Amino acid sequence: MNEILEKSVFFGMFLTLLCYQIGLWVKKKAKCSIANPLLIASVLIIAALLVFQIDYQTYENGAKYIQYFLTPATVSLAVPLYRQLSVLKRYPRAIFGGIAAGVLTAMAGVFLLSLAFGLTHEQYMTLLPKSITTAIGMGISEKMGGIPAITVVSIVVTGICGAVLAEGVFKLLKIQEPVARGLAIGTGAHALGTSRAMELGEVEGAMSSLSIVVAGILTVAAVPVFAGLIP
Amino acid sequence: MKFLKQLSIIMGISFLAEIMEYLIPLPVAASIYGLVLMLAGLVTGLIPLEKVEGAADFLIEIMPVVFVPPAVGLIANMEALAEMAVPLFAICIVTTILVMGVTGRTAQWIMRNGRKRKASRMRECGGTGTGKEAAGGQETGILQRTGILQEAGIMQETDHRIK
Repeated sequence: MNEILEKSVFFGMFLTLLCYQIGLWVKKKAKCSIANPLLIASVLIIAALLVFQIDYQTYENGAKYIQYFLTPATVSLAVPLYRQLSVLKRYPRAIFGGIAAGVLTAMAGVFLLSLAFGLTHEQYMTLLPKSITTAIGMGISEKMGGIPAITVVSIVVTGICGAVLAEGVFKLLKIQEPVARGLAIGTGAHALGTSRAMELGEVEGAMSSLSIVVAGILTVAAVPVFAGLIP
Repeated sequence: MKFLKQLSIIMGISFLAEIMEYLIPLPVAASIYGLVLMLAGLVTGLIPLEKVEGAADFLIEIMPVVFVPPAVGLIANMEALAEMAVPLFAICIVTTILVMGVTGRTAQWIMRNGRKRKASRMRECGGTGTGKEAAGGQETGILQRTGILQEAGIMQETDHRIK
């Protein structure tokens, strides 16, 4: 049996899509931010591999072909950004000011806390891109010597935190402008937060999805500066 | 066939991006070069939106699935994860609250500051917007002015109006 699996290309691909479908189904039933399809699918596959004693390599034989779509999918992010350029032109100062402040806060926060926890350079680089979209964050982690798999986990945890805590933060800090709320969710909790922002309102949703790409690009520019701080 | 053409444009840009990653000695992933190339193409009109949007929307929709295999890669990094699990959760929770707070407050401050300036400029001019309705009596003039002030956010009711 294991021999067939080892030679199979479609086993990994099928398992991935099947478990993601289950994840989507659970999310639909549970209607809660913690029921994240990516998280559910990953846990199910890890459990399946461990229970049936299947090598990660066997799974990856097929699954790697799915991963090849990461670059074209990230390139495609230019399309929603382009559609929102008119919004960006309406509030350029608030958008760039807010997102830049948020990106710097994320980097400085991760740096100071990593210092406090005594993390290694590898662990620090793993967490540094944790506030931005997985498409961009994983690339940064890979390039800068982090552990991409753990970066994905930290990005998902961040997104769930953001989606759950956003309204509490807004209430506490009296953030009432829809534009400011959308920017805050998109910069702090990327795409996972954006689905929450869309429930808050149309303006919030548009601002949030705009912030995902802008914050990602600003982070790419800022990471080399912060990377050297923990050698 | 339309879809195939769109996909080939996106794959072509991804390929160009790979070449850029190879040639440019910066720690930037190919996907970022590709994203910037695509945006430049759209803005300059070299790539019309309708020539790529179908395939692009599809790729974005399936994007979360793309992250499943790398996340399953955790299986090989369980020890590394266990080692940093506590800092990971602490850092994620604390910085997410900070980032949302700072981004939101900064953006809100910039917007309200800009409006205040705009509104005081308007007051100096004596309510330019009411000029057209001046013949319609004082009442309409006042109503009109409240409308403008509302637009400028002075009434701070933007929340409710947009919802």
